[in-house]
Amino acid sequence: MILPEKYQLLRKNFRNFAETEFTDELQKKLDIEGGYEAEMYHKMARYGFTGIKIPVEYGGQGGDSLAYVLMIEEFARVCPVLAIYANTPNSLGGGPLVMCGNEEQKKKYLPDIASGKKHIVFALTEPGAGSDAGGTLTTAVADGDDFILNGRKCFVSGAPIADYAIIYAKTDPSAKGSRGISMFIVDLKLPGVTIGKAEAKMGINGYPTSDITLDNVRVSKADLLGPLNDGFRMAMKTLDGGRLGISAQALGLAQGCREEAIRYAKERKQFGKPIAANQGVSFMIADMATEIEAARELIYQTAIAKDANSPDSSMKCAMSKYFASEMANRVAYKAVQIFGGYGYIKDYKVERFYRDARIMSIYEGTSQIQQLVIANTLLR
Amino acid sequence: MEYNSAKIEDFHDIWVFCEQRSGKLMETDFELVSEGRKLADERKAQLVGVLLGENVKELAKEIGGYGADKVYVIEDPSLKEYSSETYADALCQIVMDKKPEVLLIGASTIGRELAPRCAARLHTGLTADCTHLDIDMNKYLDFLKEASSIDLSTKKFKMEDTNLKMTRPAFGGHMMATITCPRFRPCMSTVRPGVMKKGEYDPAKAEKLVVEEYHAALTDPLVKVVKIVTEEKKGVDLTGAEIVVAVGAGISKDVEKGMALANELAEVLGGGVVAGSRPAVEAGWLDHELQIGQTGKTVRPKIYVALGISGAIQHKAGMQDSETVIAVNSNPSAPIFEAATYGIAGDLFEVVPKMIASIRAAKAAK
Amino acid sequence: MKIYVCVKQVPDTSGKVAVKENGVLDRASMKTIINPDDLNAVEAALQIKDQEGCEVIAVTMGPPAAAGMLRELYAMGVDKAVLISGREFGGSDTFATSQVLAGGIHHLGLEKEDIVFCGRQAIDGDTAQVGPQIAEKLNIPQITYAGEVRYENGKVFVKRMMENGYMEVEAETPVLITCIKELNTPRYMTVRGILDCFDKEITVLDYPTLENEPLIDKTTIGLSGSPTTIFQSFTPPVAKGGEMLEGTTQEKCDALAAKLVRKQLI
Repeated sequence: MILPEKYQLLRKNFRNFAETEFTDELQKKLDIEGGYEAEMYHKMARYGFTGIKIPVEYGGQGGDSLAYVLMIEEFARVCPVLAIYANTPNSLGGGPLVMCGNEEQKKKYLPDIASGKKHIVFALTEPGAGSDAGGTLTTAVADGDDFILNGRKCFVSGAPIADYAIIYAKTDPSAKGSRGISMFIVDLKLPGVTIGKAEAKMGINGYPTSDITLDNVRVSKADLLGPLNDGFRMAMKTLDGGRLGISAQALGLAQGCREEAIRYAKERKQFGKPIAANQGVSFMIADMATEIEAARELIYQTAIAKDANSPDSSMKCAMSKYFASEMANRVAYKAVQIFGGYGYIKDYKVERFYRDARIMSIYEGTSQIQQLVIANTLLR
Repeated sequence: MEYNSAKIEDFHDIWVFCEQRSGKLMETDFELVSEGRKLADERKAQLVGVLLGENVKELAKEIGGYGADKVYVIEDPSLKEYSSETYADALCQIVMDKKPEVLLIGASTIGRELAPRCAARLHTGLTADCTHLDIDMNKYLDFLKEASSIDLSTKKFKMEDTNLKMTRPAFGGHMMATITCPRFRPCMSTVRPGVMKKGEYDPAKAEKLVVEEYHAALTDPLVKVVKIVTEEKKGVDLTGAEIVVAVGAGISKDVEKGMALANELAEVLGGGVVAGSRPAVEAGWLDHELQIGQTGKTVRPKIYVALGISGAIQHKAGMQDSETVIAVNSNPSAPIFEAATYGIAGDLFEVVPKMIASIRAAKAAK
Repeated sequence: MKIYVCVKQVPDTSGKVAVKENGVLDRASMKTIINPDDLNAVEAALQIKDQEGCEVIAVTMGPPAAAGMLRELYAMGVDKAVLISGREFGGSDTFATSQVLAGGIHHLGLEKEDIVFCGRQAIDGDTAQVGPQIAEKLNIPQITYAGEVRYENGKVFVKRMMENGYMEVEAETPVLITCIKELNTPRYMTVRGILDCFDKEITVLDYPTLENEPLIDKTTIGLSGSPTTIFQSFTPPVAKGGEMLEGTTQEKCDALAAKLVRKQLI
C-alpha cells in the first residue's frame, strides 16, 4: 500500500524517534534489569505519542488507527517493549474511556493520560478466567453512592506503575457467562487495592506485569464506565483495537529481524563467500520478507476498515493479530537461525526479538482465540 | 551596479591576516605566511601581513622571519580582544585602501567568522577552509596529476590564468573542488590550520621587514565580550576522534610493547586515540570504554589503523565508515584487509616502528 | 518579536555520496535532509518561543521541493515558513545566497527586537559563511559558534565556543546567531504537528516579489551575481577498498606515508 504523504512523514518521525532514543544500552538495561523507564514514557508523551488516538478535545492528538499502527510498528522495529509504552494509553488503557466514557469521565481522565501524567492499564484476566470471561470472580456490589469491589486480576501489564486500572467485575451474579459484567475506573491508590510483585517473564522485559488484588475497594458510582452489566461486550470492542496494536508490534518486530538478518547474511562469510550467497539462507530471507509484506498489507487495511466501522473489522482485527503474531515467531526463528551461534548470544538483538515474539501469539487473545473469533464470524 | 572590487587591475600583492590571541601569534599565521611567500613568488608580488591588536607591533618581526616583506600593524585598545565588528571594520578599511590581490585568513573559529563578514562588505568572493592553493597553472596541473582522478590529457586549460586557485574538500570529503574568484578582488580564502607547511625562520628576513602602522576608524562593538575562558582539552573522546589506532589479539605476544607502539603511532599521526577490538578489551589490555565493534563503540575517524585485528564482522560493524583504514596483520587473508584502504601484511612489531619512522620522515619533508 | 531561522535542504553526505564520472555530484540520486546544524538553530528559536511566546519564521532558499522540509519545521512548531525560490536565484555561491536570504528577511521585516538564527554550516559545503554574510548585509551584529544561548529582556547572552575554550558575550537585539551541534538537541515533530502541517500555507517569495528589495539585484544574486566559480571539481584518485602495499617492510611503510601525505592526512 502506498501511504499518503502525511503517513509517510509520521513514519519518518516515529522511526527517527525510535532509532535515536531507544539506544542499545537502554534496551539491554530493560531486558536484563526489567523495571520501567518512566523518562522514556514522558518523552513519548511530549510529542503526543501517548495520546495519538485520543481526541484533540481531551488533550490527545486525534490521530487515526493507521497513524497508531505505524507508530507501534516503527517503535517495535527497534524495541518491542518500548512500543508498549506508547500503546497502552491509546489501546487497552485509554481505549475503553474514549469508547464508553461519559463527558465527565473523559474530561477527568483523558487529558492526564494523553499528556503522560497518569498511567492507565487494563485488567480483565483472572486466575480462573482468561479468554473465558464466564469465570470472572471479581464482584462489584452497589452500596449507596459506591460499588464495593472484591477479587483478583492477574497478568496486568503495567500494573506496578499505573495510576488507574480498568477493572471488569461481575455486577449481576445471576447472569450467565459473559453477561452481567461491568467496567470500572479504579484509582489504584484507593484503600484495599494491592499491587502484586512483578512477574519474571521470558521477554518484553521493561514493562512490569503483576496482579491487582481488590479487597472491599470502594469505587464511586461515577467511575462505572459504560452501561451496567454490559461491560464484556465493551471489553471485546476494546480488544479489537488492542489486537490491531499487537499486530503492528509483531510486524515491527519482524521487520527488525529481517533487517538484522539481511545485514548479517551479507557480512558473515563462510566458505569464502557471504552466507547470503547460499540459497538455504537467501530463501529464508525471501520467506521472511514475503510474510512481512503480507502482514503489513493486512494490518494497514484492517486499520482503515476499523476506522470506517466496516462490519467485518472485528474479524479482520483477529486475522491481523493471528497472522502477524504467528508470522513474527516464524521470522524471529529464521533470524536466529541465520545468525547461527551468535543468534543465541544476548549481545545480538535477534536473541531478544526471538523471546519478545513469543508473547505476541498469546497476549490479548491467543492465536486459537483469534481463530475462534474468525470462524465464529464466518459460520454465524 | 559597479563595484570597486571589480577593478581587478587596481589590486596587487598577497596578504595574510595574522591572527593573535592574548598577544601571541597563532601557529597558522606562520603556515599561511610560508604558503603566501610561495604564492607571492609565483605572482612576482609582495607578501604583506596584517596584524590587529593592542601593543602587538613587536610580533611583526616574527612574521617577517617566515617570509613577509611588509606588515601593516593596526593598534587600538578596542582591537585587544577579537570582536567581529572592530576587526571587520579595521580589516575592511585597510583592504579598501591598499587593495591586495589575495587575502589569506586562517580557518580558525575567529577567521571563519571574520572572513565572510569582510568578504560581504568588500563585495568579493571567499572560499572556506582551503587545503591547497595555486596561482601558477603548471603547478596547479602538477597538483591535479597527483591528487585527482582526472585524465588531464583530455582537458584544456588556459595556461595564462593567474587567478588564485583554491582547492578544498566538499560534501563531507567525498569530493574536492577548486574555486576561483575571477571578477573581484581580493581573492579571499580561509585556510585550514595544520595543512600548509611552515617554512624555516630566517632572522635575516626578519631584519629586512618593513613595518607600517595604519590607523583605522573604529566604533564600539555591539556584541560585548563579558569573559574569555581557556579550557584544557577534555578527556578521551573515542566516538568523535579523528584518528583511532586500534589493537587486537595480535599484540598478545608482547602487550606492553604493542600498546606503546600503538600510542606512538597515534601521536605521530597527529594525536589520536588508542582503542581495541573485543578480544583486546576482554583480555584486560584496554578499558571497556575503548572497545570498538558490535558490542562496543562505533567510530568514523579520518584515519583508522587496525593493528593485529583479524576483522570479524562484529569488529567491522564498529569502524567500517572510517575514511581511511590502514590495516596491519600477519595473516595476508585476514578479513580486515577487505575493509582496509591500505593493507600491510606483516608482523606488527616489525612493521609499526618502520611505519612511525616513515611517517615522521614524510611529515618532515613536506 | 520575531525570530527568523535560516535553513537549508542538503544531500545527506553521511550516507553514500554519488559522484558522476565528470566529478560532479549526482544530487538527484541522494536523499535530502534538513541540514543538521540548522535543526539546532530551529530548536534554539523554538526554545525562546516557548519562553517568550514570539513568532518563529523559517526561511529557506531552494527549489520548490524544499517545501517538504518546511512542512517538517511546521510540525516541529515554527509559525511561518518561507520559501525563496526562482530560477534567478539558482547557482548562488555563499555571497549570493546570503544576499538573497538577507533580501528575503528584509522584505519580511526585521525589527529592533528580532533575532536571526542560522546553523553554523551546511554539510554539503561546510563553508560557515552564509550566516555572517547575512548579518553583514542586514547590518546587524553576529555571534557565531553558539554553544549556549539565553534570551532576556531584549538581550542575548551567548557562550561563543573557541578552539580552546569560549567567550561569554552579550548583545542587544537585533542580532544574528549561528548555532553548533552542541547547543541543544532538536525536538521531534509532534503527531498533531504532522497531521496539521499539510494544511499550512508556505509563503513563496519569487524574484518578481523581491525585485524591488535594495539587496536584490541581478548583479548580486544567482550564478551571475556569485563572485566565486567552480574552476574544477574532482574526486581523489584512490578508491576505498583493499589496496595491499607491496615490497619490503620499509618500502610498504614509505609507500603508506607517501599516500597519507597525498591525501593530506598527515
